[in-house]
Amino acid sequence: MATIELRDVTKDFGGVQVIHGANLSIEDNEFVVFVGPSGCGKSTLLRLLSGLEELSSGEIHIDGERVDHLPPARRGLAMVFQSYALYPHMTVFQNMSYALKVAKKSKQEIEAKVHAAAEILQLTELLDRKPKALSGGQRQRVAIGRAIVRDPKVFLFDEPLSNLDAKLRVQMRIELTNLHQQLQSTMIYVTHDQVEAMTMADKIVVMRNGHIEQVGAPLELFNKPVNKFVAGFIGSPAMNFFQGKIISANEGAYEAQLDNGAQFKFKTKAGLLNAEDKIDLGVRPEDLQPNQDGSGKIVGKATAVERLGAQTYVYLSSPIKESMIIHHAGDLDVQSGEEIEVSFNLESCHLFGPDEQRIEFDG
Amino acid sequence: MSTMNKKSGDLGTWLMHIFLGVNAVIMLYPIIMMALSSFKTNKEIFSSPFSLPQSFSLDNFAVIWNETNVPRYFINSTIVTGLSVLVLLVVGTMAAYALSRYKFKGNIMISLFFLSGLMLPLRLAIIPLFIQLKTLGLVDNLLGLICIYTAMSLPATVFIMTGFLRSLPSELEDSARMDGASEFRIMVEIMVPLITPAMVIAGIYNAVPIWNDFFFPLIFIQSPEWKTLAQGLTAFFGEYSINYGVLYAGLTLAALPIMLVFIVQSRRFIAGMTAGAIK
Repeated sequence: MATIELRDVTKDFGGVQVIHGANLSIEDNEFVVFVGPSGCGKSTLLRLLSGLEELSSGEIHIDGERVDHLPPARRGLAMVFQSYALYPHMTVFQNMSYALKVAKKSKQEIEAKVHAAAEILQLTELLDRKPKALSGGQRQRVAIGRAIVRDPKVFLFDEPLSNLDAKLRVQMRIELTNLHQQLQSTMIYVTHDQVEAMTMADKIVVMRNGHIEQVGAPLELFNKPVNKFVAGFIGSPAMNFFQGKIISANEGAYEAQLDNGAQFKFKTKAGLLNAEDKIDLGVRPEDLQPNQDGSGKIVGKATAVERLGAQTYVYLSSPIKESMIIHHAGDLDVQSGEEIEVSFNLESCHLFGPDEQRIEFDG
Repeated sequence: MSTMNKKSGDLGTWLMHIFLGVNAVIMLYPIIMMALSSFKTNKEIFSSPFSLPQSFSLDNFAVIWNETNVPRYFINSTIVTGLSVLVLLVVGTMAAYALSRYKFKGNIMISLFFLSGLMLPLRLAIIPLFIQLKTLGLVDNLLGLICIYTAMSLPATVFIMTGFLRSLPSELEDSARMDGASEFRIMVEIMVPLITPAMVIAGIYNAVPIWNDFFFPLIFIQSPEWKTLAQGLTAFFGEYSINYGVLYAGLTLAALPIMLVFIVQSRRFIAGMTAGAIK
C-alpha cells in the first residue's frame, strides 16, 4: 500500500531522450495501467520506477519518501516480467522463496509466506516442480506468487499476459483484478493492449514517444480524449477521423466543411479557431450509422463486411478514398461493393483543432 | 534434412551410416589395438600383432605399478590438469561474465585481447616464457605448468562462456536484482547454474590437450618426481630396447581418465554444443 509520485522524470539513453519530463501521482491502492504503442516509453517508465534503470533527472517518491537513489530491492516493489523470468534451475518453492532467502528471513517465516501465497494462487500442488514442467498460465502464477511473498508496497507488471493465448489472457485478467481487490495494494501495469487497460484500470496513463498524453479513468479517456492520439488509441475498433477545415468563424459560431463534402455548424469559445484552420472530426464506429437520422451525412462504398450476427462491421471508402469503419449492433444486410449512406450526430463526435488538441463544443 | 531422418530406408541414410560406421572403426581401431596390446607380452606383440591376447593377464600393469614411476606421473598429471581446469573455469567464467553481462568502456578491447590469444600459438613465446618462469622460480615446478596451462586455455574458455552467457535473458538478472540479490550472488546462484553445459564443454575441451601435453613438461620439468604422464611414458623408449607391452599398458592408463570423463559427461557435452544454436 503506497502512494507514488513522479516529478519531472526524464531518461535518455546515449543522448536520445526516451522519457520527457513525466509527472504523475498514483493514489494508494490504485490499479494504474500504462498504455501506448511499442516504443512509447511505458516499459522504460516502469523500469525507472523499479530502479532497474537510473533516472537522468527528476524525482520519484514512494509514500512521501524519495527513493530514486535506492537500489531496486530497497524500494519495496515487486515486479512481474513479460517472460516471467522464473529461475529455470529452481523449483517453484525455491523461486518463490528466493527473495526471502536473500533477505535472510527465518525458515518458518519463508515456509509460511510461500504457502500462503501458493494458497491464494492455487500453486500448492506444484511447489516441487521446476518451471519447465509448468504450463504458461501456471508459470504466470508463479511469477505473481514470487511478487506476493515479498509483501511489496507496489506491484509492477510488465506486459505479463502477452505470452498467453487469448482465452487464458481473459481468465488471468479477471484473476489479476480479483487479486488486486484481495491484496489491497497499489499496482502498476504496463500493456500495449487497450482492452486490458480499459477492463482492469482504475486509472489509465496513455503514453506516446516518451510523453504522457493523458491520465484518467477508462471511460473518461473514452468519452473525452484530450487529443487525436488518445482518441485514436482508446476504443476498438479505432475512431474514424475525417479531415476538414473551417470555412467561417464568427464570434464563436463556426461553420466547417469536411473534405468529403459534409458540412456542419458548431459553437465553441470565440478565437479558438480561425477561418481556413484545418480540423479533424472524430466519429466512433458505433456513432456512425447507416441511416438518415444524423445531422452529418457521408456516402461510402463498402470494401469489406463482417457480419457476426450480434454485430456487424462495415469497412467503407468515401468518394475521396477516406477509409472508415462502422459498428452496427445487430445484423446489417450490406454487400461488399454496395454504396451506402451513413450519418452521424455532431453531439457524439470529437473535434480536434490544427494542433490535434480537443475542442469542446459549446451548446 | 528432416526428410532424411524420417525415411530410415533411403539410400542417403544408408550411405551416411556406412560413412559414419567406417569413420568410427578408423577412429576406434588404434585405441582398441592399444588396449589389447597392453595385455600381451613383448614377444606376442611381434609374433601376432593383430590377434586377441592369449590371456588377459595384468602383468604389464603390475610392472607399471610396481617398477615404474607411472603412478607418480599419474598423480602429477591429475594435479596439473585438475587444478588448471578448476582455476580456468573460475577465472574464465568470471571474465566472461563481466564481458558479456556488463557494459563498460574498453569492453570490446578486452574481448578482442582475449580473442587474440586464440590466434597466437603460445609455443612461439617459449623463450621469454622460460625466462619469466625461471625468474619467478617456477621452473621444475607443477605450479609453473598450471600457470601456463591456465593462461593458454583462457581465450578459448572466455570465448565459449561469453557466447553462452550472452544468450541468457537479462530479465533473469533484473528479477534477481528486484529480489535483492547482490551482483556476485546473481552470478553464482542464478546465472552460473544455467551455463553448466558450457562449463563442461570448456572443461573437457581444455582438459584433453592439458592432460596429453608433452611439450611444456618436456621444457619446464626436469626432476623425475614432477614429470607428467605423457612426458614420463617416454622413459619406456629405451635406447636399445622398448618394452612395448608395458608401454601400451601405460598409454592405456593415460588415456583412461579422459575417456571416462567424456563418457560420463558426453550427454551434457553434446547438449551444450547444440544449446547455443536453438536458443
